[in-house]
Amino acid sequence: MIELYVLLIFMIIGAIIAIEMKDLLSSVIAVGAVGLGLSIVLLILKAPDVAITQLVVEILCLIILIRATLKKDLPFSTTGRWLLNALITISFIVIFLFIGARSFKDLPEFGYPIMRVAKIYLKEGLNKTGASNLVASVILDFRAYDTLGEATVLFTAVIGVLAIIRRIGRKKKNEVVEEDDE
Amino acid sequence: MSKEDEKGMSLIVKVITRLTVGLILLYGIYIVLHGHVSPGGGFAGGVIIALSFVHLMLAYGKDVALKKLPKTAMSFFESMGAIMFLGIALLGFTGGYFFLNFISKGEPFRLFSAGIIPLCNIAISLKVGAGLFAIFVVLVLLKFEWEKKE
Repeated sequence: MIELYVLLIFMIIGAIIAIEMKDLLSSVIAVGAVGLGLSIVLLILKAPDVAITQLVVEILCLIILIRATLKKDLPFSTTGRWLLNALITISFIVIFLFIGARSFKDLPEFGYPIMRVAKIYLKEGLNKTGASNLVASVILDFRAYDTLGEATVLFTAVIGVLAIIRRIGRKKKNEVVEEDDE
Repeated sequence: MSKEDEKGMSLIVKVITRLTVGLILLYGIYIVLHGHVSPGGGFAGGVIIALSFVHLMLAYGKDVALKKLPKTAMSFFESMGAIMFLGIALLGFTGGYFFLNFISKGEPFRLFSAGIIPLCNIAISLKVGAGLFAIFVVLVLLKFEWEKKE
């Protein structure tokens, strides 16, 4: 259990570095470190499916952030009500840390779920679906409606991005849009 | 992947990419096909397949990558995955209800088992891989004029 706390502290430090860093590249890399820490945490909690997905999506997001958004010089505003913002942030961090530490103690043992539905899945999943990976049998057989909805959400997101940022579209009068090499 | 292509990164990166990109694509296909036996599944495998094309595009430039997977093929695969997933779900009505596992279950721990689950995995991987690569291409390639002046 101690390695879990070490990883969580590492992730919190990474997140603080990502916020406080003035250089955009450094802060993006710190966000990537937080994501990799999260994937190791999921691996320790014995959820390899989620760990693989988290790792892979984190890498893709990191590449997109570095390649697509880093060249833009984003405006950086640090002035304003920093005392109020800091107080709100610190209070949120304290509340979430407290709740997280409480809920950590009540984590169920591996293979002994709290909910009754999960017990039925664990007991009858292999016989009813024939898939030895229980996660696949849940997301594609017992809960396939949810996966259909998730696929629809992704499809809509791709269509939305392609429609908004398309190559040939309506332009304003003095705006020139063109493709760049690389 | 021609040697005389001048765009993209340096020679070292290109050579390493030529060696590794096929292995990454193969690993993604492995993760997809074994989604019902071992950890992984359609979403993770699809993202790995998309990452292999992203790798190609980062190293060699957009022409080589878009020659391997043109934009029309991307939209075809994306739509094909969605239609395939919905079609598998609708085929369940032949036996009774939506998302019925109508193919025989087979023996557990075998590659050909679990009925419709591998087919659904393949459909989702097509959709996710083509869609995420399309998003990457669009986000990276498009630049506005005011960004170039800096």
